[in-house]
Amino acid sequence: MIIEHIDAQLPGTVTDRHDFRGDQTIVIARGDLLAVVDLLHREGFQLLVDITAVDWPQREVRFDVVYHWLNLASQERLRVKVPVAEGQSVPSLAILFKTANWFEREIIDLFGITFEGHPDPRRLLTWPDFPGHPLRKDFPLDGGDVFCMEGCTAPYNNGERNQEER
Amino acid sequence: MTMDSIALSRQMLDGDKMIVNMGPSHPTTHGTLRIVLELEGETITKATPEMGYLHRGVEKLGESLSYQQFIPLTDRLNYCSSIMNNVGYCTAVEKLLDIPIPKRAQHLRVLLSELARVADHIVCVGVNAVDIGAFTAFLYLFKQRETAYELFELASGQRLHTSFTRIGGLMRDIPAGFVPLAERFLVECSAAIDELERLLTHNPIWHDRTKGIGAISAEDAINWGYTGPCLRAAGVPQDLRKAQPYLGYETYDFDIAIGTTGDVFDRYLVRVEEMRQSLRIIRQVLDRLEPGPVIVDDPKVALPPKEKVYTRMESLIHHFKLIMHGMEMPVGEVYSATEAANGELGFYLVSDGGKNPYRIRVRPPCLPIFSSFEDQVKGGLIADAVAVLGAMNIIAGELDR
Repeated sequence: MIIEHIDAQLPGTVTDRHDFRGDQTIVIARGDLLAVVDLLHREGFQLLVDITAVDWPQREVRFDVVYHWLNLASQERLRVKVPVAEGQSVPSLAILFKTANWFEREIIDLFGITFEGHPDPRRLLTWPDFPGHPLRKDFPLDGGDVFCMEGCTAPYNNGERNQEER
Repeated sequence: MTMDSIALSRQMLDGDKMIVNMGPSHPTTHGTLRIVLELEGETITKATPEMGYLHRGVEKLGESLSYQQFIPLTDRLNYCSSIMNNVGYCTAVEKLLDIPIPKRAQHLRVLLSELARVADHIVCVGVNAVDIGAFTAFLYLFKQRETAYELFELASGQRLHTSFTRIGGLMRDIPAGFVPLAERFLVECSAAIDELERLLTHNPIWHDRTKGIGAISAEDAINWGYTGPCLRAAGVPQDLRKAQPYLGYETYDFDIAIGTTGDVFDRYLVRVEEMRQSLRIIRQVLDRLEPGPVIVDDPKVALPPKEKVYTRMESLIHHFKLIMHGMEMPVGEVYSATEAANGELGFYLVSDGGKNPYRIRVRPPCLPIFSSFEDQVKGGLIADAVAVLGAMNIIAGELDR
């Protein structure tokens, strides 16, 4: 029902939609996000349950930022997906939804997607000079040798420091 | 110049700010949380929560494990009520597979989930009281928590990390001694909750320490993404067990407890009432328990019984296929949410049809709640920050994943 509302009021914004196991999903462009979110907020989708991302490295537009909304009055759920390419940024929702602040920081940390207008774009889970973004598919499961990368101050090199540092 | 005025002028010069680290291993943080407090006297002017000390990369690990293998990792999310994480995760996978589970498995999942909710609220309420200075309530309640853990041990063989559910049902049926002990627990726990209420609910010291502390309006709570007891304490009657029933919760008779102000006292009252309601649900489950299978009879999903594997070729093949190649998963994505002790525990699964999930996202209920911490304690005292932190029921394992 909400998708019809979006279609009627903001024609052309929904680029793709599907319904799988009762989960409604729409795909919109990142430029339309703020307009759609504004409409959703007015339509009663006021609980932003979750923001996350999915990495599809073989795709041209690499990431999907995935939002889950819940309408507390009608108990309707809506998933909004925003495709975003490497290096592009998504408008931040932290002003409208306070809960978006940390969820977006987590994505900044784990995926390296930037959010435009985020009030506090620091890493959330890992430390500030952590090399890489762990939830990207090309980040090795065991951490790989990123810890020995150039410029990294952490003393991980089979337990030994570099020759030069000694 | 008197001493007083010297002190006052110095205070004005440097602002008299003091930075205090609360955590990462402070007795009141119950896990590894770090909060950097900026103080003026004893008033908090700034609180910066730092997290990630318990980050194990559960979501990353899940991408390299099969659907079944992820279950033990869910135990370690909210380790105070691990069975609810098991149930939440398996419900998500079953939604992806679109398979119903047997009646008895549903009943037992509800039974153990509600036991876990009682155990979780016991920890939260008891420890919150200890932090504030009331030690006795904690001891009275922990006796009951011990019984709840004995019940978990009877059912799953484990006290904390139960891993009791399997995709499509449960690991095994409950043993013979389970129901009598659960019956005893119902009586004793109910009495212990009465004792707790006699100790705290009308206690003026408890009122002074909790009323008005951490108050939040319903709009703010929704905007911060609150779910669970903290949202209900703010006056929003949102409970997924009622609102979007799963596991047959719509057939049970229970009420949702809501508060008005959202402060620490209301959160306490909501949790106490929820414990009683959970006991009511457990009573009803025990009354309607009927013998039957506890896991689906589908060799593409559930492992066949061991005796069949040893004696029948078919079953051996199914066993081998399931272990080596995993289940046949449809391509798609689902978000499934259950009402865990802290709020909405969501699992977002993306499947590309492979043996392992393409992406597992755990939506922890306490992350949005914890993100509002600074807002909640700013302008208050350190002692109030301790009370607020306890009432939020932050579990670091779930927060950092």
